Amino acid sequence: MSIHKPFDPDRPLFSSRCSCGMHASAAEHEAAKLQKINEEQESANFIEASLVKALFPQEARRRAFLRAVGTGGAMGALSGFLPVGALQAMAQEKAPLEKRDLKIGFIAITCATPLIMADPLGFYKKQGLNVTLNKTAGWALIRDKMLSKEHDASHFLSPMPIAMSMGLGSDPSQMRVATIQNTNGQAITLANKHKDKRDPKMWKGMKFAVPFEYSMHNFLLRYYVAQAGLDPDKDIQIRVTPPPEMVANLRAGNIDGFLGPDPFNQRAVYDEVGFITILTKDIWDGHPCCAFGTSEEFIRKNPNTFAALYRAVINASTMARNPENRPLIAKVISPQNYLNQPETVVMQVLTGKFADGLGNVQNVPDRIDFNPIPWYSMATWMLTQMQRWGYVKGDVNYKDISEKVFLLTDARKYMQETNAPITAQAKASTGNPKFKIMGREFDPATAATYSKSFAISKT
Amino acid sequence: MMNSIKLKGALLSVILFLMMLAVWHLATAPKSGINQPDRASTTTASSGNSEYDLLMGKGSKDVAPAQKSGFPTLTQMGETFYKQLSDPFYDKGPNDKGIGIQLAYSLARVSLGFLLALVVALPVGFLIGMSPLLSAALNPFIQILKPISPLAWMPIALYTIKDSSISGVFVIFICSIWPMLINTAFGVASVRKELLNVAKTLEVNPIRKAFKVILPAAAPTILTGMRISMGIAWLVIVAAEMLVGGTGIGYFLWNEWNNLAISSVLFAIVVIGFVGMLLDMLFAKLQKMVTYAD
Repeated sequence: MSIHKPFDPDRPLFSSRCSCGMHASAAEHEAAKLQKINEEQESANFIEASLVKALFPQEARRRAFLRAVGTGGAMGALSGFLPVGALQAMAQEKAPLEKRDLKIGFIAITCATPLIMADPLGFYKKQGLNVTLNKTAGWALIRDKMLSKEHDASHFLSPMPIAMSMGLGSDPSQMRVATIQNTNGQAITLANKHKDKRDPKMWKGMKFAVPFEYSMHNFLLRYYVAQAGLDPDKDIQIRVTPPPEMVANLRAGNIDGFLGPDPFNQRAVYDEVGFITILTKDIWDGHPCCAFGTSEEFIRKNPNTFAALYRAVINASTMARNPENRPLIAKVISPQNYLNQPETVVMQVLTGKFADGLGNVQNVPDRIDFNPIPWYSMATWMLTQMQRWGYVKGDVNYKDISEKVFLLTDARKYMQETNAPITAQAKASTGNPKFKIMGREFDPATAATYSKSFAISKT
Repeated sequence: MMNSIKLKGALLSVILFLMMLAVWHLATAPKSGINQPDRASTTTASSGNSEYDLLMGKGSKDVAPAQKSGFPTLTQMGETFYKQLSDPFYDKGPNDKGIGIQLAYSLARVSLGFLLALVVALPVGFLIGMSPLLSAALNPFIQILKPISPLAWMPIALYTIKDSSISGVFVIFICSIWPMLINTAFGVASVRKELLNVAKTLEVNPIRKAFKVILPAAAPTILTGMRISMGIAWLVIVAAEMLVGGTGIGYFLWNEWNNLAISSVLFAIVVIGFVGMLLDMLFAKLQKMVTYAD
């Protein structure tokens, strides 16, 4: 990033200070000019910087040298006896792409942020890909268009590839999750008339909407009301409804609330038909929601294209994780071509500073995050909930399915390749960290007993 | 006399239209105070009213208050019409195209499906109309297939054809074929006996009989079938495109619905109505051309 400008005597090598002096930090400086990022230039600069650093371990000497010979002279002198060009070319070398023109399906919600922003911000182009983003009318259609190979890769609800691979709700077809698109980022929205019924114990007889059966929305809503002592199959009604219709139905009084994707929770507030009663972050902090994936067949036939796609999406995720970039991202994904939503609504979702519909301005910076790592234990938890609510009958080999569908190893590999930040835990772990969901710990090692341990369940 | 009725009719239409607009205006005009009581109750807990209002889209001038009540005002409708019609052919990427381009996609799908249906329905209809045996044999199939909603075919089409655009064309094909088939068969079967007898007396060969005697005699009925088919096809394409997304006027409508932009949805509805009317007028003209007085 901004650290790699080795031939500028006035700038420190490997430091975080901003170079132009107009911004508080280097990161902010970067955010201001992010649209112009040139990855190749950066990688070339990084190599130059490493070489210069090796030659001049002391900052004072480097500055003195550069002042003496001048920037151009220094570059010329160094490349005379160092193979700078060859090293730069080596770092850039990528295998030829099998397929350049790709069709990717998405649903117009903020969960798809990395996938969408990669288009206007040029992340796909940088990888040599010509991607067409197809706005798709619903989740069933996302599934069908992947099955019919009309889309090469797709935005998924993260339980969908598991369900599709197991043949639930469709013919079995091997799908893979390359990255998690977003963590957190959903909410339960209730109609304005239920302002005094924020306690889920009072929700008996109410009607709720979720976007799809095999969705975290469905599993989280069921988990949440079951924790309050309600049976989601008997005490409340759960309907599958496309998100824009959730808002319209809430306005019409056909449903009492929904656990839906953003920006539709915020949109309900904006349109003054509902209020946000709880963010899903408060049910399971860091829960996965949507995923980016494709078929096993596509990966096998186009390994290099898949790798390029992977890098593009990881790069986008990395950028989206930085809160300073969020306003820019909100601006580029709001237009009609992508989300088709008012920018202020998308902005509130991404920045976490939002009106909750009750008259308060809340500030929750991690309302939505874009941690791309597809942990095996996330898949395992989804499987336990599918068992719990009767979507899967009998025993399930959690480890097998999770490790087959969630491509954790690849995610780590490409994150390292793209210099995405990975925590030490993520590097070392076996891929099965434990999670806390509403205070209760989930240990994937004991998944079978976990899935049978609930007082309210269908089994 | 005839002229004055036409004139009066047109005048009455204009008056009715203006009355509709007036009702619309009165019903949607932003009333000051309608949101106020609600506001007061919700903002009591708020520390920074102005910030909250800003986040709710208040106080910024590009968000009119009536949008909150769900139904656009006449001014908003006018703005939408102007915005859409002033630049109907822009193309800002795969999911954002002007209304003209979207209409072209829909019309292309409709014409393709319609022509395919025509190619199948005319000959088959002729056969059925001329042969009572075939008519009896095929009748049960036609009777069962005819009442099926064309959209019911959509999942099957998507599953087997594996291409959403061609599936749209297929759905148009399957919904256009029945009225054309039945009307062609009926028209052919009810060609007046005198005409056929004359042909027999003159020993006209069968092909010539079909083209020179039966076709002109049955043409008005056949065109009625085509007109009905086109009407149904235009109804169905909107629904089909709303289902599969991608391109077309139906997708445009769905995309605006996704944004809960009612004024754009209404705009799309008006456009669909106008185009449907033009298509119907076209077929009415054709019908007039082939109709002869006895």
